Amino acid sequence: MIPSPAVQQLVIAVAKIAVVVGVLLGLFSLMTWIERRSLAFMQYRLGPNRTGPLGILQPIADGIKLFFKEEVMPAAANKVAFLAAPVVAVSTALLAVAVLPYGPPFTLPRLDFLPGWLWPEWLKGRTGQIQIAHVDVGLLFIFAIGALGVYGIVLAGWSANNKYTLLGGLRSSAQMFSYELALGLSFVGLIMLAGSFQIGDIVDAQAGWFWRWNAFVQLPAFLVYMVAATAEVARIPFDLPEGESEIVAGFHTEYSSMRFALLQMAEYINMITVAVLATNLFLGGWHPGVPGLPADGLLAFAWWGAKVAVLLFVFIWMRGTLPRFRYDQLMHIGWKVLVPVAAVWILITATEVAIAGR
Amino acid sequence: MDHPAFVQHAVLLSLVLFGLGTLGVFLRRNVITVLMCVELMLNGVNLAFVAFSRAAGTLDGQVLVFFVMVVAAAEAAVGLAIVIALHRRRDTLDVDAFRLMRG
Amino acid sequence: MDAILFYACAAVAVGSAVVVIAQRNPVTSAFALIVTLCSMSVIFALLGSPFIAVLQVIVYAGAIMVLFLFVLMLLNVRREEDAPGRGGRTLRGVALALVTLLVLQAGAVLVRVPAGPAPGFDASTRRMAEVLFSPHFLYVFEATSVLILAALVGAVVLAKKEL
Repeated sequence: MIPSPAVQQLVIAVAKIAVVVGVLLGLFSLMTWIERRSLAFMQYRLGPNRTGPLGILQPIADGIKLFFKEEVMPAAANKVAFLAAPVVAVSTALLAVAVLPYGPPFTLPRLDFLPGWLWPEWLKGRTGQIQIAHVDVGLLFIFAIGALGVYGIVLAGWSANNKYTLLGGLRSSAQMFSYELALGLSFVGLIMLAGSFQIGDIVDAQAGWFWRWNAFVQLPAFLVYMVAATAEVARIPFDLPEGESEIVAGFHTEYSSMRFALLQMAEYINMITVAVLATNLFLGGWHPGVPGLPADGLLAFAWWGAKVAVLLFVFIWMRGTLPRFRYDQLMHIGWKVLVPVAAVWILITATEVAIAGR
Repeated sequence: MDHPAFVQHAVLLSLVLFGLGTLGVFLRRNVITVLMCVELMLNGVNLAFVAFSRAAGTLDGQVLVFFVMVVAAAEAAVGLAIVIALHRRRDTLDVDAFRLMRG
Repeated sequence: MDAILFYACAAVAVGSAVVVIAQRNPVTSAFALIVTLCSMSVIFALLGSPFIAVLQVIVYAGAIMVLFLFVLMLLNVRREEDAPGRGGRTLRGVALALVTLLVLQAGAVLVRVPAGPAPGFDASTRRMAEVLFSPHFLYVFEATSVLILAALVGAVVLAKKEL
């Protein structure tokens, strides 16, 4: 009894969504623990080590604490906007998750020893990829969702009727859309080289030796991307909008308990999205840098996961090492340094492509 | 996406949006809201362009939508700068307050 | 499936457009306009134009509306009050809008909007690029970049406190 292709598609789509969202939420909790421990070691202290072995249960303890905290809403706040802001933030973060490939194309193993109802015939040997939606204009879609991500912050900052949150929200959104421009410009060179907007095609254009990765071929674009991506997710050194010593807690001052947890989740999911995007676009995705190495099936996932993990650690490393930028320095870098560099690099890449194509 | 009636219903939708935008331009008293209703009108027009381009099979309509968006962005920027300058002079954003050029 | 999405988005677009023109608070109007723009982006995608759909979100919902929101929040705009002598204006506005709508609708019916996509309709980005950079539109494209530069300079100069 083989279900119709539509039902098959639906089941596979639901399974992909479950896997991606499950892994993301698990990674979010794990990242909070890794971040606190790594930062602590960098700062010559220990970090959370009491809850469970090595403090591994700390994210669960945080979750339970946040769950039981009282939800406070300022009396003069705009209720609808106050409630909607974390929802908008998380929705846009998860939307961007939907078009990224999370690993190589693979074929499901046959597993004939499993009973038919557990592992049906139409799943055996099926090829697929963990990418929830195949959009024709993949990279542009991500850029669009990044543009929408500003609204969660603007809503959060404005709705709480508090001058600090308003200023923090406006600053944060100004920072986000300033660096979005540089982010988008850094992609253009890659799109020209690969000839397609789809991320799968850009990954496949980097197969082979590691010096074919876009991080080396398009080094200025990679550097611009890393700086712009760090600013886009408001990580240190660009976290002035949420810096505790400057502006209380910025746009999420008035949020407590689960709404705060939602905003934090949105920020971490954005960070993971940016790291996954960098791996796929610049670091060759699931291709190992050396052609001889074994890289099929689970090993390809391992290569991909290792690169994402390295990038996430680089984000944590930057947090532990660098001081934060002042706001005018931040805007100066975004507009007067990154955008011209990216634009000049596009010109150079375009000339190269035009000459090579002749 | 091959539903044939989409084009006609899209044109009707663009009419409705354009009409609502016009209504807003006449009814609202805040300058910024008037500008937003103008953007609504432009969006209605964009939808009509896209629908007719689909019906005609050429891409000229879509390219014109691209240009309309560019012009709308430029117009929004300059319009809002003017609004800021007006607010600085009169401290109000009421359309009836700026009537020096009325006949 | 596509039909459900199309009519649902059309309903959302009309509903939030009504909120835009009816709400007293300009910030609420701005957020309602963002909802309208996003639902129109979905409609563009359903009409087979993915590039225009994404551009709508990036340019309109992502940049222009952020600019509107910034100005609204920085100028701390409050709720509008009712104008004196409002009744007459409302009536005139409603009448004018209805007349415009009817005239245009009649025009549409007369032109007899054709149904469905024409055969060979392909609005992919590659085709859009081919048309946009063809000699037919290339000059216009370059002229719009000059337009944007002029708007940039104009906006900066107009909003300055002292030149």
